[in-house]
Amino acid sequence: MTGNITGISGPTVSVALKGLRLYERVYVGNAMLTGEVVKIESDRAVVQVYENTHGLAPDEPVRATGMPLAVSLGPGLLSGIFDGLQRPLQRLREETCPFIKSGKEIYALDRSRQWRFHPLKKKGDDISPGEIIGYVNEGRFHHFITCGNDISGTLSWIADGEINIEAAAGALTDGKEIPLYHEWPVRVPRPYRKKIAPSRPLVTGQRVIDFLFPFTKGGTAIMPGGFGTGKTILEQSVAKFADVDIVVYVGCGERGNEMAEMIEEFEMLKDPWTGSKLMDRTVLVINTSNMPVAAREASIYTAVTMAEYYRDMGFHVLLLADSISRWAEALREISSSLEEMPGEEGYPTYLSSRLSGFIERAGVVETYSGKTGSLSMVLSVSPPGGDFTEPVTQSCLRTTGAFLMLDTSLAHRRHFPAINWFQSYSLYAGELSAHYKDKVSPEWEDVQKECRDILRKEENLREVVEIVGIEGIQDQDRLLLHTAEMIRSTFLCQNAYTDDAFSTLEKTLSAVKKILDFHKEAGERLKQGTPLNDIL
Amino acid sequence: MPLRKINMRLSEHRYRTISSIAGPLLFVQGILNARIGEVVKVLTPDKRQIDGEVLQITGDTALIEVFAETRGLDIEKTTVVFTDSVRRAPLSPEIIGRVFDGSFVPIDGLPMYIAEKRVPITGLPINPTARARPEEFIETGISVIDGLNTLVKGQKLPVFSCSGLPSKEVVAAILRNSRVIKETAIPQGSETSAARGDFIVIFAALGLTFREYSYYMNTLKEMKSGFVAFVNMADEPAMERLLAPRFALTAAEYLAFDNGMDVLVIITDMTNYCDALREVSTAREELPGRRGYPGFMYSDLASLYERAGRIRGRKGSITMLPVLTMPEDDITHPIPDLTGYITEGQIVLSRALHQKGIFPPVDVLPSLSRLMQRGIGKGHTREDHRKVSNLLYKYYARGRDLRRLEAIVGKDGMTEKDRLMLDFADLFEREFVNQESVRRNINETLDMGIDLLKRFDFET
Ligand SMILES: Nc1ncnc2c1ncn2[C@@H]1O[C@H](COP(=O)(O)OP(=O)(O)OP(=O)(O)O)[C@@H](O)[C@H]1O
Ligand SMILES: [Mg+2]
Repeated sequence: MTGNITGISGPTVSVALKGLRLYERVYVGNAMLTGEVVKIESDRAVVQVYENTHGLAPDEPVRATGMPLAVSLGPGLLSGIFDGLQRPLQRLREETCPFIKSGKEIYALDRSRQWRFHPLKKKGDDISPGEIIGYVNEGRFHHFITCGNDISGTLSWIADGEINIEAAAGALTDGKEIPLYHEWPVRVPRPYRKKIAPSRPLVTGQRVIDFLFPFTKGGTAIMPGGFGTGKTILEQSVAKFADVDIVVYVGCGERGNEMAEMIEEFEMLKDPWTGSKLMDRTVLVINTSNMPVAAREASIYTAVTMAEYYRDMGFHVLLLADSISRWAEALREISSSLEEMPGEEGYPTYLSSRLSGFIERAGVVETYSGKTGSLSMVLSVSPPGGDFTEPVTQSCLRTTGAFLMLDTSLAHRRHFPAINWFQSYSLYAGELSAHYKDKVSPEWEDVQKECRDILRKEENLREVVEIVGIEGIQDQDRLLLHTAEMIRSTFLCQNAYTDDAFSTLEKTLSAVKKILDFHKEAGERLKQGTPLNDIL
Repeated sequence: MPLRKINMRLSEHRYRTISSIAGPLLFVQGILNARIGEVVKVLTPDKRQIDGEVLQITGDTALIEVFAETRGLDIEKTTVVFTDSVRRAPLSPEIIGRVFDGSFVPIDGLPMYIAEKRVPITGLPINPTARARPEEFIETGISVIDGLNTLVKGQKLPVFSCSGLPSKEVVAAILRNSRVIKETAIPQGSETSAARGDFIVIFAALGLTFREYSYYMNTLKEMKSGFVAFVNMADEPAMERLLAPRFALTAAEYLAFDNGMDVLVIITDMTNYCDALREVSTAREELPGRRGYPGFMYSDLASLYERAGRIRGRKGSITMLPVLTMPEDDITHPIPDLTGYITEGQIVLSRALHQKGIFPPVDVLPSLSRLMQRGIGKGHTREDHRKVSNLLYKYYARGRDLRRLEAIVGKDGMTEKDRLMLDFADLFEREFVNQESVRRNINETLDMGIDLLKRFDFET
């Protein structure tokens, strides 16, 4: 089906073509730019174009595909680097040049690569929907191949040996083939048997998070903060050190240089839990701020669909997005070129529902194959002017479980991670405490309370000191200030550029206990009359 | 079908069908075949020829953005010519040492050269996997930058100024003094300055007053060679400010990635650029965002700033120093805010330091070079760089904190150590930050820092 362009405005194009479906993928213009139908009227459809519309002219053709915007799911995604439309950026570079040109189609998965398929079923076995029939080794992972969620029957044959992703791994007696890879529409959440309440910790290696605002597998967290408050460094630190199987990282509308740095680091560094190369467990989706804005809008869906795919194999997957605000702004740009009625701060009125629809794709699930997998999300938010009352932060707050507030004044003092310990919260703390008691130490909660107490008292004392000066307060209080300072500068702070960047739960606990023990002992000595200056 | 089109587009198309004019925008009707981004020429009733570009097309109506004053245009006699080409920059090594206006027309009295190639000015995004990580030191000769907020090749590091602060003197100092130091030769101080070889400064001035213009021109002349300048004056069309940085960056990409040069791009003043952007947006009756600036300003600024960088396997680099004036000294204003969200740090000038007579008046606390960590230390600057810079920052920050306390309880109510910290902060500003027009190389900068630290000896 082919129609013609009738109008072009920014990233959107009007088309005179009947019979298109909403969210159908189309090819736009002579350059065959990828687009998606976002609005249908009686005599025209509006297409959001994922590439630069420069040079496009009316009357150029628009071709329908009959398919929604989808990603390829199969072996070979791990250690891949894709753009917002899942184009493999490394191969794109090798086949073209260091700059990204529009309209180049290239398969996400390498079709020439051979995979050793290991069957787990045999001819004559009955297969239920979503059941695992075998696996290939993708690095150190068993990449399970399942039959589709809508297929069942008896296996008429099954492969055993080297195949490429276009080959079938097996077939049913009714002739239906089970492919090694398939396409999935990005805007449709992948189904699962049921959701389970999160209960296991996701260790981030960041003391302030693991100790004060613990995070859970299947949970969702946001980190809002003004520019330079350390969102990217924190996202990347968590991506490096989290105790999950697979990490999907979306650089959504941010900088090219920081992505280059991340790629280089992930190729070199090892994940502290397994000792294998970080890149081996990572999928990168990169749509930098200067890449087309509509593809930026799609990038988080491309990423979450790949994340769900690995979740469905029973893996613990962590999706990090930096920054979700840039996604929201892309949504706003598209909405405004569609001339939709704007809501708060120009964002479309459906911002909040879109956002919660996305965030709800996280969780712990029982998959169709009977495994338990999880998808956790950590999203950074870039509020204009560092003002948290804006719509994106507020919409996120309604659906996420942890709020890690990055504080500009802490960042200016070079206190990193600049997580404000009074304003931040984690709704998972309660569910996780049993786990910490059992697995780490029975004292976990008591120590935590003590630590919070000292920080709170410090806050009050600081106000007093502002007025009377340090000489004006009692020695016990000066000791407390000293201890709090130690907690802040040696425990809560964690320099991402040193070996201290990662801390296990055990180390985290012993580090804070050491400070608190010193505090107790010093308090005793003060009581016995030792002068404060001798103690410190 | 495509054949028909080719035939139709062999010649230029002329129209006298303007339906409306609003600010810098024209609507032209009955258009046969315009393209987004196509260059148009507008012939005015008084025989001027001005430049425009197709912004939007609806059916047979094209919306044209004009990069010049639209005063004097009318509906009956104004002609619009569609050229069927996008805007391109005429490039050649001959651009070096030349001064152009905001539309790439020479204004230095010398003749136009023959272009080696013509490249579209919108540029293409660098494939993130093709980027090389910025990590090579650029010496600006300014202690507070080199020592504490080090600039590296491929970085974009803006200067946030306030009205009335000497940002042009700071820019001139950087223009005059910047050097790329060859990694292996630091102790000997072998270096490439802007006047020599493969290091070059591209200077894009947007909305300059005549005074600023003469000042910068003198600076450029002193440099003799090693620069390319694009100058849009305050009384020249505001819309041209949207083009000039794109011409400058296209030239930068050419010199950097085709000719292997290290290019430093200085754009001043980005506030004028953003105001021009707001003007177009308002004329289009778009829904204004914060303070009236358009919702797409982040993406638009990124399309400029992200052109900085290095490419793996190629010589050359683009480093960018945009200068902007924070309206009402407010760092949360959308212009500095969105800039800070895109660039890799910021150099913030301070009114308080300027009033104390300190030059350059850089406030160390809110300033930051995010790529500094990779560009300093052994093999880049000096082994002790990180340590010296951390200590200087730490004590100065403490001293600044204590100033507030001093204001309340007075010096007498403070401990001996705190009083020392205050003295340190003062001396740091007066000796280390303040350097007037003297150029300091990185060794001098670090030695000076060490000397300052020794005089106080806080650790014992
Ligand atoms: N954990 C850390 N250890 C040491 N330095 C840090 C840490 N976190 C942040 N920084 C410092 O802060 C700078 C800014 O951090 P980052 O790039 O993560 O900010 P951001 O919040 O992502 O900013 P933007 O919104 O502009 O992208 C870093 O370049 C680094 O100098
Ligand atoms: Mg960031």
